[in-house]
Amino acid sequence: MNRYRARTLTLELVMIAAGLVFAFPVYVLVNLAIRQPSDTSSPIAPTTSPTFGNFTQAWQQGALGGALANSVLVTVGSVVVILAVSALAAYPLARVAARWSRWTFLLIMLGLVLPFQLAALPLYQTMRDLGLLGTPWALILFYSGLQVPFTTFLYVGFLRAVPREFEDAALIDGCTTLQGFRYVVLPMLKPVTVTALVLNAVAVWNDFFTPLLYLSGGAQQTLPVAIAGFVGQYVADWNLIFAALVISIVPILVVYFALQRSIINGFAGGLKG
Amino acid sequence: MTVAIKDRHADVGAAPPSRRRGGTSRRAVPWWFTVPALLLFAFVVLVPSARGVYYAFTDWDGLSPDFSWIGFGNFADMVDDPAATQAIWHTLVIAVAITVLQNGLGLLLALGVNTIIKSRNVLRVFLFAPALVTPIVSAYLWRNILGPDGAVNSLLGTVGLGSWRQDWLGDPDLALWSVVGVIVWQYAGYSMVIFLAGLQAVPREIHEAAAIDGAGAVRRFWSVTRPLLAPAFTINLMLSIIGGLKLFDQVYALTGGGPGHATDTLSTLIYKDAFTLGEFGYSIALALVLTVIVSVASTGQYLGLSRAERAAS
Repeated sequence: MNRYRARTLTLELVMIAAGLVFAFPVYVLVNLAIRQPSDTSSPIAPTTSPTFGNFTQAWQQGALGGALANSVLVTVGSVVVILAVSALAAYPLARVAARWSRWTFLLIMLGLVLPFQLAALPLYQTMRDLGLLGTPWALILFYSGLQVPFTTFLYVGFLRAVPREFEDAALIDGCTTLQGFRYVVLPMLKPVTVTALVLNAVAVWNDFFTPLLYLSGGAQQTLPVAIAGFVGQYVADWNLIFAALVISIVPILVVYFALQRSIINGFAGGLKG
Repeated sequence: MTVAIKDRHADVGAAPPSRRRGGTSRRAVPWWFTVPALLLFAFVVLVPSARGVYYAFTDWDGLSPDFSWIGFGNFADMVDDPAATQAIWHTLVIAVAITVLQNGLGLLLALGVNTIIKSRNVLRVFLFAPALVTPIVSAYLWRNILGPDGAVNSLLGTVGLGSWRQDWLGDPDLALWSVVGVIVWQYAGYSMVIFLAGLQAVPREIHEAAAIDGAGAVRRFWSVTRPLLAPAFTINLMLSIIGGLKLFDQVYALTGGGPGHATDTLSTLIYKDAFTLGEFGYSIALALVLTVIVSVASTGQYLGLSRAERAAS
């Protein structure tokens, strides 16, 4: 069963056909994004006289540069806080068998089933009272709390499988608990941190509902909301819209193709964590 | 320090790990490590959720400080509100359809890629790529593709199936299934990657042994591969059912819940009732219904699947 036979070739062709079906929307996307607005031929016919004008126009009129910067700020800020507080919290939760530890862990895990639609509206009011609505800080604060349960879950699961002899040795050598955490535990958490980093960064970067609520009407938007606003403004100007969509996808794909092994392993990593 | 020294003496005897667990001699990891996470979690999730549960029984409009307790009034209204009952039904249909189709397709793709075909690495990378694209962006792309003059209809015309052309998102009978199709396209690769991680943990020797014993491909899958994939099934089913129940972005961008209410889910209706109709109390009552559905589904699934996992191992 390890030799390449006629049946393997058939399978290969079927799989490539499936791949092409999956890629078809992407072909349409690029094909229309480089098409001049005056060209009204079928969306599947290859564009004959391509233009890059749509991209410059979309970039300028959609204020996509500012939105891109906001998305980067929100994603980096949130992910740093999420990873730091979750890893710190996971340490006692994984190591201490006392009753307070088990109950705290269960309380945090409750967050895995609560859909945030329930919290979103009351929190909207609090954000308004604090004057945070319309600023990226509202989003960073929000994600920092929202992603704690899932990330803590990943860290606790991983830590429980890590032997504690190294930490004990560090304590014997005179480290404080915090130093032991910083110099001994944290480096060992690297694999699960990659998983947590990838999953959180993708979730925050792609989220649409939260910025729609907490940033709407403001001048500062993240990329998904800016795109939605752009579509609302240029309703039928699909060539322009598609150029904006391409611009928003490119940063993701560049990172993906540069780091695809870590990213795919990150997503699959939930399986072991 | 005396604690640490005691510990060292314990180590000299090379005590097995089991004896060391729960020993009182070790210095405990301090509880305050959990404080930053707990504060953020309480501020963003716990306190607002608790307030949400309370508001669900009021007629709060989201702005005015006066509102009154109306008991189960919002829930009674829901029963008579076709938009709400339909949204609950759509939410369930979408969640089940996505769970079956996305994981079925994901599993087939994973089995296909987990062979010796030459394109396996390229296919894995490309099939997974849609899962990373911002959902709202892929939904806008599909809104055009599925439009009356879109690429799907053009393609059908080109291959001589012009009679199959449809208004995929404008026809109330089709729109919900078009939404499901878009999500399956986007996330089948995600399911595939998780199944693939499970498949690669199945030792090749077991397959070869089963093949030598005369088991066919289907039999080998059912008796060898499937039980070993149980953890991958658990994760995949959990992800797709919870994601399906909470679905918002794709519906918002593809159809806005229309035509009429034909594709409204609980999440889109919650948004509309709160921010376009100003009915916060009612909207939060809908959110509470969603919470109950998600909790029941995930707890039930967790219990059912962990039993299946234990049975398989």
